[in-house]
Amino acid sequence: MANQPAIDPMEQFVVHKLVDLPPLHVGSLVIDMSITNSVASMIAGALILVAFFALAARREIVPNRGQAVAEALYNIIDRMLVRPILGEAGRPYVPYLFTLFLVILVLNLMSVLLAVFNVAGLNFTFAVTSQLAVTATLAVLTFFSVFILGFVKHGPKFLGLFFPSGMGVIGAILMAPIEMLSYFVRPVTLALRLFGNMLGGHVVMSLFGSFVVALGLLGLSGGIASLALVPSAFSFALIVALTGLELVVAVLQAFVFAALATVYLNEVVNFGHGH
Amino acid sequence: MNPAASVVDFHNSAKLIGAGLAAMGMIGAGVGLGVLFGNYLQAAIRNPAGAASQQAMLFLGMALTETMGLFSFVVSLILIYGIK
Repeated sequence: MANQPAIDPMEQFVVHKLVDLPPLHVGSLVIDMSITNSVASMIAGALILVAFFALAARREIVPNRGQAVAEALYNIIDRMLVRPILGEAGRPYVPYLFTLFLVILVLNLMSVLLAVFNVAGLNFTFAVTSQLAVTATLAVLTFFSVFILGFVKHGPKFLGLFFPSGMGVIGAILMAPIEMLSYFVRPVTLALRLFGNMLGGHVVMSLFGSFVVALGLLGLSGGIASLALVPSAFSFALIVALTGLELVVAVLQAFVFAALATVYLNEVVNFGHGH
Repeated sequence: MNPAASVVDFHNSAKLIGAGLAAMGMIGAGVGLGVLFGNYLQAAIRNPAGAASQQAMLFLGMALTETMGLFSFVVSLILIYGIK
């Protein structure tokens, strides 16, 4: 018991190098091009996506299983989000939203599902979406492409977004800073939501997983300590349930990210209609 | 115990107490999610036909409510890991 390593639920999020590559020099900037576990997970996720859609995207009227799954995924974005929220004007943006949804979905699911291969000290899973750098990149890219699209489509009129209508001139000018603040905090919330959900879920799973092992080992030492097997079994039951919950969260967060991107796009695409 | 060590101890315990207090902000998100899903269920039972069409809005509301709790979660993480 004494020489057991301390329980460290944050250790799983440490980025470390797998393959050392020479750094890239851009001006005075030095970019480390090494393949880390994070990069490896992202490459694996991209390969899974491309391979799946290369096999599943067929144009048959009677779909096989793969095509049915691919079409169901597409309908989540198309029928649940783009058509009801954006309407016909949103057709050009379906590919971006669908890609965003799929990337987050695959990376989320990989971090939970591939854990079954984590035996004997091997570590196949890495929760890419629980790195704030990754979620912030996705959020900032989404937010600023929408923001710039607004100016491209509507020009300076787009600034009217920050001046609420029906408040009079003085009211609108007073409200503008608050409106701006609540607008520009969006990428922060978008990034933190995905990051926090995935990080929190994985920390909880890791904690209960280490309870199973630590209490189980204590229980196996015999005597009165055998009672520790009860909470160990309880933790095991809980971690099964938590894995189920994490799968739901993984899909839900991918959906929510795409849904919020759609809502933000709606202000640009249907600018000036209603609201 | 030497005074320098007790200062470090005090610093660390204050950090952890602060993190625990910050995590209490998630109570609000919990209540909010309860209200959200409770009201959705109530409305869905009263008018089952209209329930499915509002599901996207439900998850959107869930995401926005949850974020408020996640802010306090992140603050407590910063307190534990971000402050030396």
